[in-house]
Amino acid sequence: MADLSTSFVGIKSPNPFWLASAPPTDKAYNVVRAYKAGWGGVVWKTLGEDGPPVVNVNGPRYGAVWGADRRLLGLNNIELITDRPLEVNLREIKQVKRDWKDRALVVSLMVPCTEDAWKAILKRVEETEADGIELNFGCPHGMAERGMGSAVGQVPEYIEMVTRWCKENTRMPVIVKLTPNIADIRKPAEAALRGGADAVSLINTINSITSVDLDLFAPEPTLDGKGTHGGYCGPAVKPISLNMVAEIARNPETRNLPISGIGGVTTWRDAAEFMALGAGNVQVCTAVMTYGFKIVEEMISGLSQYLDGKNMALPDLVRRAVPNVTDWQYLNLNYVTKAVINQDDCIKCGRCYAACEDTSHQAIDMSAERVFTIKEEECVACNLCVDVCPVENCITMRELAPGEVDKRTGKPVAPYANWTTHPNNPSVSAAE
Amino acid sequence: MTNTPLTPGVVAGRLDTGQLAANFADMAPPLGVHEARVAADRCYFCYDAPCVTACPTAIDIPLFIRQISTGTTEAAARTIFAQNILGGTCARVCPTENLCEGSCVRETAEGKPVEIGALQRFATDTLMAANTHPFTRAPASGRKVAVVGAGPAGLAAAHRLAMFGHTVALYDAKPKAGGLNEYGLAAYKVPDGFAQSEVAWLMQIGGISVVHGWALGRDGNLDDLRAAHDAVFLGMGLAGVNALGIAGEQLDQVLPATDFIREVRQASDLARLPVGRDVVVIGGGMTAVDAAVQAKLLGAETATIVYRRDLAQMPASRHEQDHATASGVKIITNATPVAIHGAGAVREVEFAYTTPGAKGLEVTSQTFRLKTDQLFTAIGQALGETPSGLTLDGRKIAVTGPGRTSLPNVWAGGDCAAGGDDLTVTAVAEGRDAAMDIHASLMGA
Ligand SMILES: Cc1cc2nc3c(=O)[nH]c(=O)nc-3n(C[C@H](O)[C@H](O)[C@H](O)COP(=O)(O)OP(=O)(O)OC[C@H]3O[C@@H](n4cnc5c(N)ncnc54)[C@H](O)[C@@H]3O)c2cc1C
Ligand SMILES: Cc1cc2nc3c(=O)[nH]c(=O)nc-3n(C[C@H](O)[C@H](O)[C@H](O)COP(=O)(O)O)c2cc1C
Ligand code: SF4
Repeated sequence: MADLSTSFVGIKSPNPFWLASAPPTDKAYNVVRAYKAGWGGVVWKTLGEDGPPVVNVNGPRYGAVWGADRRLLGLNNIELITDRPLEVNLREIKQVKRDWKDRALVVSLMVPCTEDAWKAILKRVEETEADGIELNFGCPHGMAERGMGSAVGQVPEYIEMVTRWCKENTRMPVIVKLTPNIADIRKPAEAALRGGADAVSLINTINSITSVDLDLFAPEPTLDGKGTHGGYCGPAVKPISLNMVAEIARNPETRNLPISGIGGVTTWRDAAEFMALGAGNVQVCTAVMTYGFKIVEEMISGLSQYLDGKNMALPDLVRRAVPNVTDWQYLNLNYVTKAVINQDDCIKCGRCYAACEDTSHQAIDMSAERVFTIKEEECVACNLCVDVCPVENCITMRELAPGEVDKRTGKPVAPYANWTTHPNNPSVSAAE
Repeated sequence: MTNTPLTPGVVAGRLDTGQLAANFADMAPPLGVHEARVAADRCYFCYDAPCVTACPTAIDIPLFIRQISTGTTEAAARTIFAQNILGGTCARVCPTENLCEGSCVRETAEGKPVEIGALQRFATDTLMAANTHPFTRAPASGRKVAVVGAGPAGLAAAHRLAMFGHTVALYDAKPKAGGLNEYGLAAYKVPDGFAQSEVAWLMQIGGISVVHGWALGRDGNLDDLRAAHDAVFLGMGLAGVNALGIAGEQLDQVLPATDFIREVRQASDLARLPVGRDVVVIGGGMTAVDAAVQAKLLGAETATIVYRRDLAQMPASRHEQDHATASGVKIITNATPVAIHGAGAVREVEFAYTTPGAKGLEVTSQTFRLKTDQLFTAIGQALGETPSGLTLDGRKIAVTGPGRTSLPNVWAGGDCAAGGDDLTVTAVAEGRDAAMDIHASLMGA
């Protein structure tokens, strides 16, 4: 079994699977059971400043998007930070950390934007001997209206300022959690780095309305006839998060900044993808809210099997795909593939036909006996047919060898060339 | 209760009423809302879907399933009824394993087709439960059409013709409409008087007057009908039965399986319907299976189907064979009856084994006898008395295209017409298509 133990900004954990700050980490009862189930670490549900705790709505707080068989693909929530008294949380954190020394315990924080407020809470968190803190600059609803959460996370100067306050007032590692509700994710990451952050974690939830009740004419979840935007998470947000992680990992300014990957991590495979794109570990929320703590067993066994199969150690995986993330203009325009349909696996549903026929390429032929074949002279290799085919690997893309004639263009496959030198590129001719 | 399955002879009340009610309950209970959603999710929405091609009425199956999965079940029902006004019965009785579900790509992929029949029932039941009729009749055309036979073919034709605004006179020899929907289909496939409620629901289209107890040939002839109407559609089904042609056939308790089935369907109290202790059914089709299974469900100690060829050649599908054996019916193959023994009533049936020979089946000298209190013959139905002037094709009315017979302005469809399988859904398709053709000829002329 591969060694999955990690050290993230000096915080050790037996595996890279942490629970993100959210309801599954909101009390000792949960966190202890998560550790027992095998989770390597948790980020405790965000704490606010001392005083009367925030309140949550007393009606529904989640909206959802489903796939086939009502599989939960996206979840949205209008929950706020912890609604339990600070004192209770801190007492439990201290006890849990004392009992579970080998697991990571990071405390998520969100207090008003004054240095005194941060100083006060940092001191009290330090007393718990937690391993580190995560600054919640991401929550997109409820807290933002009060000048916290994503209201801070959307202004790089504030991020830098608050991060600096924290670094100056604690010895604990500081992880800055980023909001995706921003145009260019590199800017807040750079700001966190300037402020001295040890790492960034991303993403927090995405501003969203999941659905509209067509009888009440109100967004869902609906409370007393009204709804509001909430934070979107779960498998649906993974592609957005992966891109943001990759952007930070390949940005020359932030390439050495450790990243904790969050957003839609549901299986070991998702985790491995995040790590390949630069995450040192991952955090999980929706998958556990959907299936319970037990899924970590599959994540552990899956990642181990994968690493063993590849003969790789976990650190070999981290950032492994980053050098292969490039800009469109550098992609090889002379790389040619053609779709191939394996007739033995084909179940004759014709989805590839409908997709290709109605998506402007018309490169699939359908015979009277429902035999589907690729017209190589029309196939632009978009791979839409692969994506809509219900049978995995029934349609594959065949790489044309150098020199082989592309039946669509009539030209042999030429060596690497990209857009920057392409004759149709106006800036190429302008430069001449 | 005085009788049991072991009581000798042909007697009623072998099982108590509770047991009988359980035995004759809906064999495939309807899907709940959740089950329907899960089942609908499995549909791939295939392009030019094979299931549609396999459905004789060509219901747009992917569309209606998508309508169910998006929470518009009534719209799904309309999609079904637009092609097949008896979609409710078909959802219950179609041999889907040979039709839509048999060609489902998920049957190819996983051996588990989308449950099209059950989903069709879910949709049609939903709309019919609201007792709304999805179609309205066009303004009266002034044309009159006679439809003979109120089975699936006649009902489908009458409904479509009425929809187009024609005035339809629907004649049937029996006291109730529905044809074999009412008198033939297995009781546990269409329980709770479904056939009659479906007919009543269908009639909501308006413009159809039903004449019960009127038999063509007995109460009027084809020429009169043709004279009084602009067109005639014949959907009389197969009123006759084939005979075995062996000694002893005249003995008591030797009867066509369809007669027994009709009695089961019409019984107001199943506890009062007599059935033999040892029942033997000769044949290999759906009728044989239905007779044997229902005899068993009524409390026969043994019910045995004897078929002259092997299992693979049995017209009853694999699914139906399994249903029979699971119900406790024994199937004996490669045997043909040679004599029926008894005094007054049947006591024993004598069979000879058969082997496939160069010139068809050969009867061997090896024989055996089965103890029999009741013998049902299910070796095929035949056309009843047929109006003269109609050209026949084999033993059925010859038709070309959408049911055109050799006589002008006379169409035929369903079991009585040549071509197509003898199935409810095929009868509906033929009735509907003939109606379309009648309409075109009436309006185009
Ligand atoms: C026992 C049995 C079980 C079956 N089970 C199934 C099944 O599970 N699934 C399936 O798809 N198919 C099944 N079938 C076949 C199916 O019932 C028939 O194919 C279908 O009913 C044919 O429809 P039709 O309208 O042509 O004829 P019918 O349903 O036979 O209707 C003919 C109508 O015409 C009337 N009629 C007859 N002669 C005259 C006359 N001279 N004048 C006036 N009216 C007349 C009759 O009273 C009857 O109402 C079964 C058949 C039988 C016998
Ligand atoms: C109900 C709910 C409450 C959350 N509360 C917090 C929170 O208090 N602090 C925080 O930093 N993130 C919070 N999040 C965001 C998650 O930690 C995580 O960043 C996000 O859900 C994306 O990960 P996922 O796709 O695995 O769920 C919350 C998410 C959910 C669903
Ligand atoms: S790769 Fe794209 S263009 Fe080629 S056959 Fe598939 S869908 Fe059509």
